[in-house]
Amino acid sequence: MFWTVTLELLNGLSTTFQIFIFTLIFALPLGLLMALGTMNKCKPLRFLLQVLVWVIRGTPLMLQLIIIFYGPGLWLGHNIWNGNEAGRITATVVAFSINYACYFSVIFRGGIEGVPVGQREAGQVLGMTRGQIFFKITLLQMVKRVVPPLSNEIITLVKDTSLARIIAAYELTFAGYSFMKSAGITWPLFYTGVFYLIFVGLLTLLFNYIEKKLSYFR
Amino acid sequence: MAILEVSHIEKHFGNTKVLEDVSFSLEEGKALAIIGSSGSGKTTLLRCLNFLEAPDQGTISVKGEVLFDGSAPHVGREKELRKKRLHFGMVFQSFHLFPQYTALENVMLAEEMLAKEREDYKSNKREIQEEIRKHSLGLLAQMGLAERTGHYPHQLSGGQQQRVAIARALALKPDILCFDEPTSALDPELTGEVLRVIRGLAEQNTTMIIVTHEMAFARDVADQVIFMDGGVIVEAGESRQVIDHPREERTKQFLSRYKCEGNH
Repeated sequence: MFWTVTLELLNGLSTTFQIFIFTLIFALPLGLLMALGTMNKCKPLRFLLQVLVWVIRGTPLMLQLIIIFYGPGLWLGHNIWNGNEAGRITATVVAFSINYACYFSVIFRGGIEGVPVGQREAGQVLGMTRGQIFFKITLLQMVKRVVPPLSNEIITLVKDTSLARIIAAYELTFAGYSFMKSAGITWPLFYTGVFYLIFVGLLTLLFNYIEKKLSYFR
Repeated sequence: MAILEVSHIEKHFGNTKVLEDVSFSLEEGKALAIIGSSGSGKTTLLRCLNFLEAPDQGTISVKGEVLFDGSAPHVGREKELRKKRLHFGMVFQSFHLFPQYTALENVMLAEEMLAKEREDYKSNKREIQEEIRKHSLGLLAQMGLAERTGHYPHQLSGGQQQRVAIARALALKPDILCFDEPTSALDPELTGEVLRVIRGLAEQNTTMIIVTHEMAFARDVADQVIFMDGGVIVEAGESRQVIDHPREERTKQFLSRYKCEGNH
């Protein structure tokens, strides 16, 4: 039984992992773009982004997921998501990417603003372009600053993937839960905790490694 | 002919007038010191020359070319602005070295970026980079930092960091090198090594503008001195003349305060 459960949970873990990795792939660059947008001179753009961040941070992620998944079918009369597992995972990734991009954007903005103005000015007087200043001077200093707060959010993301159960995506928690109905046993649900712990443990090691790698400068 | 002509510069921050009718010129190969108390507009003036601030009025010309004209204040596209900036080098009070790069990389960076715009960059990448490397190493050696080229800024003392910053500013061979209180952020025992380097540059006839609180240094190293107060040039002239025998009452007051502080 133990192996049957373990295999089934690993099956759920693969969905969890897909949601996790694709959310990061989309949310990290999107968050950076949003951060640059909130620092743009264009006032309407800034206002728009501020409203978006307010709405997204101000409502539960589960609610956003439900709206993204059921909304098109309910209000547009056309379900854009495939009813299968892939469709559910895609909808989850879309909802999560928007949500996490908002949180990331605030962290990135803090990181960019934390780089002293003098760094940018030093680049300017050396005749560097805005792009060169951002990529060659600001970016790495920002990355160093945002690793600790970002690691918090990314670890939260691991556990937030369990929300996908609400739209019946077969992720880790759902897999554990399903044994309650099918076999009447509860321990698989608690056993999922071990998987999350190992997942987060590995991530923590990765973040420690990155922080160490970036500790060569101050 | 003067290499730098600054005339009738005016600058406001909101309702506060920080520079008023500032005019001066500088001959090639000469050093100009700007003295005055904090808030007198010295730093703002340097920042205007480096296009970190845009003056509200006046003109700035280098080698007869008008770089800034207050009556047509649009400084142009980034490309033109960058080209204009390259006439000036800037050494900041708190160095602003790039912490993620070694001393050598700090000096090389801008030249590398500029080289990428060269048409022959792709075909001669190796040679160009080797050239830049040699040039940068030479500059660091000139600053007495031949042994420190691989160090990161946080591994260097303040005086060493500032000397790297000077090498970095020299890398693009600016027409005029500007110093914004280069020793104000340093412990007293470290100011000497930086002042020595600047003195060396003056002896090689580098055209320089130095904002400083080191009166003895200004008197010995600079050819000309400008005393600023409240955003205006109160007195300007030959350096020994201004510092040893000031004519204006305000200059006398300022300098006497300095002598008192200097006696501590």
